[in-house]
Amino acid sequence: MSRGPLSRRTLLTSVAASGVAASGLAQTVGTALAQTNITVGILYVGPRDDFGYNQAHAVGAAELKKVPGVKVVEEENVPETIAVQRSMESMINLDGARLILATSFGYFDPHMLAMAAKYPRVEFRHAVGLWDQAKHPQNAGSYFGYLDQAHYVNGIAAGLVSKTKKIGFIAAKPIPSVLRNINAVLLGARKNMPDATVQVVFTGDWSLPVREAEATNALIAAGCDVITCHVDSPKVVVETAERRGVMTLGHNASQASLAPRGFVTGAEYKWETIYKGFADNLAKSQKLPNWVRGGYDLDYVRNTAYGAAATDGVRRACDTAIAELKRGAPIFVGPIKDNRGNTVIPATLDNYAPPLEGINYLVEGVIGSIT
Amino acid sequence: MDALITVLMAMVGGAIRVSTPFLFVSLGECLTEKSGRINLGLEGTLVLGAMVGYMASFETGNPWAGVIAAGLAGFVMGALHGGLCSLQRVNDVAVGIALMTFGTGLAFFFGKPYIQPSAPRLPSIPLADWTGIPHLADALRINPLFFLGIALALLMAWAFRTTRIGLIVRTTGDSAAAARAMGVSVIGVRVLATAVGGIFAGIGGCFLSLYYPGSWNEALSSGQGLMAVALVIFARWDPVRCFLAALLFGAAGALGPALQSVGVTQGYYFFNAAPYILTLLIMIASAKGRLAMRSMPGELTISR
Amino acid sequence: MAVAADLTHRLRQGAEYTLIPLGALVVSAALFSVFLLGLGKSPQQFFELMWRGGFGTAFSWQNTLQRAAPLVLTALCVAIPARIGLVIIGGEGALVLGGFAAAAIAIPMIGPVAAGSLPVALMLGVMALAAALAGALWIGFAGWLRHARGVNETISSLLLTYIAIAILYFFVEGALRDPGSLNKPSTPPIGAGAMLQPIPGTDIHWGLAAGALLAVLLHLLMTRTTFGFAMRVTGGNPRAARAQGLPVGGLLVAATMIAGASAGLAGFFEVAAVHGNANASLVAGYGFTGILVSFLARHNPIAILPVAILFGGIAAAGGLIQRRMGLPDATVLLLQGVIFVVLLASETLYGRIAWLQPKRSGAP
Repeated sequence: MSRGPLSRRTLLTSVAASGVAASGLAQTVGTALAQTNITVGILYVGPRDDFGYNQAHAVGAAELKKVPGVKVVEEENVPETIAVQRSMESMINLDGARLILATSFGYFDPHMLAMAAKYPRVEFRHAVGLWDQAKHPQNAGSYFGYLDQAHYVNGIAAGLVSKTKKIGFIAAKPIPSVLRNINAVLLGARKNMPDATVQVVFTGDWSLPVREAEATNALIAAGCDVITCHVDSPKVVVETAERRGVMTLGHNASQASLAPRGFVTGAEYKWETIYKGFADNLAKSQKLPNWVRGGYDLDYVRNTAYGAAATDGVRRACDTAIAELKRGAPIFVGPIKDNRGNTVIPATLDNYAPPLEGINYLVEGVIGSIT
Repeated sequence: MDALITVLMAMVGGAIRVSTPFLFVSLGECLTEKSGRINLGLEGTLVLGAMVGYMASFETGNPWAGVIAAGLAGFVMGALHGGLCSLQRVNDVAVGIALMTFGTGLAFFFGKPYIQPSAPRLPSIPLADWTGIPHLADALRINPLFFLGIALALLMAWAFRTTRIGLIVRTTGDSAAAARAMGVSVIGVRVLATAVGGIFAGIGGCFLSLYYPGSWNEALSSGQGLMAVALVIFARWDPVRCFLAALLFGAAGALGPALQSVGVTQGYYFFNAAPYILTLLIMIASAKGRLAMRSMPGELTISR
Repeated sequence: MAVAADLTHRLRQGAEYTLIPLGALVVSAALFSVFLLGLGKSPQQFFELMWRGGFGTAFSWQNTLQRAAPLVLTALCVAIPARIGLVIIGGEGALVLGGFAAAAIAIPMIGPVAAGSLPVALMLGVMALAAALAGALWIGFAGWLRHARGVNETISSLLLTYIAIAILYFFVEGALRDPGSLNKPSTPPIGAGAMLQPIPGTDIHWGLAAGALLAVLLHLLMTRTTFGFAMRVTGGNPRAARAQGLPVGGLLVAATMIAGASAGLAGFFEVAAVHGNANASLVAGYGFTGILVSFLARHNPIAILPVAILFGGIAAAGGLIQRRMGLPDATVLLLQGVIFVVLLASETLYGRIAWLQPKRSGAP
């Protein structure tokens, strides 16, 4: 577990590394947060105990609650509508919240940005969103863990355990953060298995248990023997695959307990590193950084402890890959073509490279279409 | 060719896997509507049945206890609907929609602690393991509730046609006056038919949580209950046609994921919407207004 | 004498339509209090928070009214066809498609508006028109299917909803996607300057005013015009209506088109006043909640307003209750369920409470 000061240093590193936030911004001592007691409001798009995205955030938020003087108020199942703005406003007006953490993609624009403009004395931070110093309010910001690094490790494991050389990926929607993870799995798998493919099924929405189960069955029928996913709650996918006797790779939170036989490893966010950093800033009355990004190098993501299906060879290869990622080894090593034959990454991209935040293609070897 | 077989197998498998909740809910609604009432709230009953079934299975360790508990929950919801609608001037369609909210609210409220744990699931019957063909073996690993549903559909069809109970239900649904002339308590028949219909819907719900996809969460039903109620109209109040409609719906639902898994990847939103598009097209093509009207129970509020 | 008798008649009738729902609310609150006591929670705290979060402060009122705004329009989508005897449950689809049409037709106009060569009002007008038209055609199609092919409108409007959502997603994530909308695929934004501004002095968007105005207009249409009369006659007895030579098919299609236009407008306001573009957030369940609102209002356009506000208030207070009392978000859903069930059950009391009944003296 990272300590407070370390975490603060890592936050600053990330700001510097991103090159987006102006230097010195993070060091500015904010007046808005110079209070001993502070209320933090957190909004979740789904239930907090979903074995997935929201749970990962809630686990991280639990760290915030441990900080003396910090009170956390939470709302779950907040839809991405005007309800977001009203819930934030209610937290500010009725609970006195001075920091709002918005955890769902769709909360950012227009909802959080509108509230940040309306309440300049309140700090707003958004998971995943792309805060832009030139365009957006200075009391807003965004934070994100590069989960593709953990999915890349998933891919390395898949490339070593798959017999059929086909990996199944159940994805919700064709958006950059999902496409980036799919591509990372393929790139990881091809490290050791140059002819591996990743077969994608898009379900069309973030939580559709029946269709997710159908997609899992369809992928297995098509010959995939390792299944992974990017949906809000991977429980159904992992359980269905386990029943069918194929191997699984997790996503968002730990699903190891759901697949005692077939679980290999999983890609997990480690929001607590980021939230502890925030809490540390709050405790010291410092202004929160506006731009927080990082992966293995900053301890923002991790891989789930290896399951029964991970052989010694897999463990060694994954550990090596993780060590390399911690040193900043790039995942997207150019040149890379997309699955229609266009060269999309001519030269190797650093893991922080901004174009990776806007990926709108599937790389060669992924079978699927984004439309 | 391989791809075609994979898709067809997936659709057969999907029809069997996905159809059961549609089947149970539509049979429940069929019974209720045959008696002259509409219960639009079976979506709420389905969700509540899913949660209660999962809870009971987890607490007792026996999935069949879950099925019974889900049936009981459905009975209570159905009896509530039946009772409320027996009051003068109370509209059954409206009460159904209100109970949809109520049932879903109950399920979500008490279901929170059961999202995480894993409850024992219902077993499946391996019908084709002996063939040694993995695809076929998987497609024909069938849950007993599926067979129970088929038996129920046949039983209901037979009962409506030939038994006195069936005659009473049908008469109550077609003409309250005629039923009264037979010396039947119209309200009693309707309350009972709605309550029993609730049992079916509750069991249909627990199929979702106890078999496929086999866990409880708040997104479990994406409108299956509402759709199943609508399928009754599509099936023209015939239990056997309810079964066929449920199969068709399940098969069409498997189309989207199956096509993507064999590489037909463009336009998946429309493939995923295949069950709805297909149902609509069939209704437009086959609708013969008078035939549909003739099979509709005469006492239904929507038929007046 | 006649005037005085008429007045008491109206007063008593008014009292009946006020006291019974109020009584039902009290009974629901009592039932829910018992439930809360069973959980070891304080009913007093619950209802205080409910009041504070929904109606207690100026902010709460705005919160409530904002949430009520789309519900008025989607409830009208149910109420108008109900008058002619149709049960339409596809308002969600009309809202989604209306919002999508508004955002799609705006795309070629965004540039000229930003450059000042096209007035903002014109673009918004065209968008509103497109939304209303898309919704009208969508639900009107269900009405036409009913008339021409005998396809049940309840099921066809529900099926059309799922198809509308597929259309929205297909275009928003495909051909009409704004390349700048990364993790929330959306159509291009109409621009902050082109957004519909809130009602002055508030945060409430004009959708609420439009809904209220439309409710009044449709009420007048239904009660004061021959068109409305013909619709009610058809709703009462289609066969008799046909025998009298009323154009039943045309009335069916007209009623469903009005309904669809209303829900489509709800989509327009979501795009023009809330999101600034069309995306998956249009699929928020407003259409389905509208069904309940309309049934509770007994399909009376005017009664839809208070019912929608009650809904908005409960939803607005939900967050506060979650945060302060540690109750799950589903508490609000459950309370709504209890209130609706009791309110609907209370309808049996109309005409049964003696002292609320008008004296029959002089009445024909």
